[in-house]
Amino acid sequence: MTESQDVENHAVVRKLREWDPQAVAETLLFRGELTIVVPRAHLRRAAEFLHGEPEMAFTYLCDVTGVDRFPAEPRFELNYHLVSMARRERLRLKVRAESANPVVETVSNVWPTANWHEREVFDLFGVRFEGHPDLRRILLPEDWEGHPLRKDFPVEGYR
Amino acid sequence: MTTVQTATGSAETMVLNMGPQHPSTHGVLRVLLELDGETVVTARPDIGYLHTGIEKTCEAKTYSQAITLTDRIDYLAPLSNNLAYCLAVEKLLGLEVPKRAQYVRVLLTELTRIGSHLVWLGTHAIDLGAMSMFLYCFREREEILKIFEFVSGQRMMTSYFRIGGLALEPPPGWLERVERFVEMFPARIQEYEDLLTQNRIWLGRTQGVGVLSAEDAIAWGVSGPSLRGSGVAYDLRKMFPYSSYDEFEFDICTQTAGDCYARYLVRVAEMRESLKIVRQAMAKIPPEGPIRSEAPGIVPPSREEMKTSIEGLIYHFKIFTEGFAPPPGEVQVAIESPRGELAVYVASDATAKPWRVKFRTPSFVNLQALPKLCEGRLIADVVACIGTIDIVLGEIDR
Repeated sequence: MTESQDVENHAVVRKLREWDPQAVAETLLFRGELTIVVPRAHLRRAAEFLHGEPEMAFTYLCDVTGVDRFPAEPRFELNYHLVSMARRERLRLKVRAESANPVVETVSNVWPTANWHEREVFDLFGVRFEGHPDLRRILLPEDWEGHPLRKDFPVEGYR
Repeated sequence: MTTVQTATGSAETMVLNMGPQHPSTHGVLRVLLELDGETVVTARPDIGYLHTGIEKTCEAKTYSQAITLTDRIDYLAPLSNNLAYCLAVEKLLGLEVPKRAQYVRVLLTELTRIGSHLVWLGTHAIDLGAMSMFLYCFREREEILKIFEFVSGQRMMTSYFRIGGLALEPPPGWLERVERFVEMFPARIQEYEDLLTQNRIWLGRTQGVGVLSAEDAIAWGVSGPSLRGSGVAYDLRKMFPYSSYDEFEFDICTQTAGDCYARYLVRVAEMRESLKIVRQAMAKIPPEGPIRSEAPGIVPPSREEMKTSIEGLIYHFKIFTEGFAPPPGEVQVAIESPRGELAVYVASDATAKPWRVKFRTPSFVNLQALPKLCEGRLIADVVACIGTIDIVLGEIDR
């Protein structure tokens, strides 16, 4: 069986497709890690499903990682690393956002821990999170200009 | 970083800045406390004073060069950071590491865990007024640092784990030093327990203080001993074994109370478990064998090969001038660091420098639960609560 067939038969992918065929835009399997690309509009609902559905039980959000794919479009990628403690499984949810208006729905009401992760992504990438209770810079000073982890921000900063 | 400080509650409350220069905040942590008398109404951690842009810097280094940056993230557990990063790059490359190197890695990271827990115990105890503990803990930690120095040449910024294995062959006689430590240490743990476990002042300062329920701990992404103190048996060494941890026998230490005392008991028990793993690793490490995988162009050739063969010389030169380019893709590897789930995400675009490196550090996430622990309690308990989640500011701010 090829890797692409494998990934389609994966329980999580199947369940997610059964629940809503629109929720899965793309699936990737690399080095045994499953990545599900979710359309931006479906992120919140998919998160609630994966968190709440007893068969999924992704109750633990490990991390939210931003990636800047500059100059490609959609430029920004957000990776939500989920853990199901009950089923010993890890999953990466991926959402893409255009550079023109990088806004993504917050998942901090699904996993409260997302609060600081999303603030960090906002601080370092300039991606905004709709519905976030307290979207402020977290690591850099409030009057900082620019978002340092963007690829067009020089490593040595602006002088 | 927050620059504005206004009281959010009624006119009866006052706002107090705890830190960023305060001995009990374990570094440059600032907590904005809103107080009603001596009771904490709200606590808002404010971080970023130690932000050095390590993730951005990684993008400008080759994969091998970035290892030295990982030491500086969690400076109390540099080898755990080395391990997480190397495992991530090795996974990206699909590189198998020789068993001998894996066991040495396990042994050294477990010693790191003991050393880190010793710093936590010493500083937590001194925060709560037990001065002598600090001296005892640092005395034992010194022995661990001496072992690190003997093996890697460095006490703290070791960079000893490299992509594909270890930096160099451990020197002869190193296991005897580990042996001496393993013989000496159980009695020392007993000594700490004699001083603290039944101590009435210690119990008064930690029992029932900073209670965190299991549901809250999971919802807020808390990991490591802080999570296990709330009764959740989540340990990545068992859950998602890496570096041959599945070949070792040890228990996950848990407590159910979820208070500062429970977390103290978990960490003390973990030191004993780590010692068990160290003993097993000592028996497992073969006296001879490769410490680096065979991967020309990725893992540097031995000194001898570099000096005698033209291929060796070319590979050596290319690795240190250009680096190597992994296949495009992205991986995330999570390990159990002394503070919890340390996950490293690496994305490659098939060039010699990582496109993106992300360190999901346990302290950053665990600190978010601080308001949960100390709101509604006395200001003196804030000190206990900060100590009990065992934060390292270098890891929070990166």
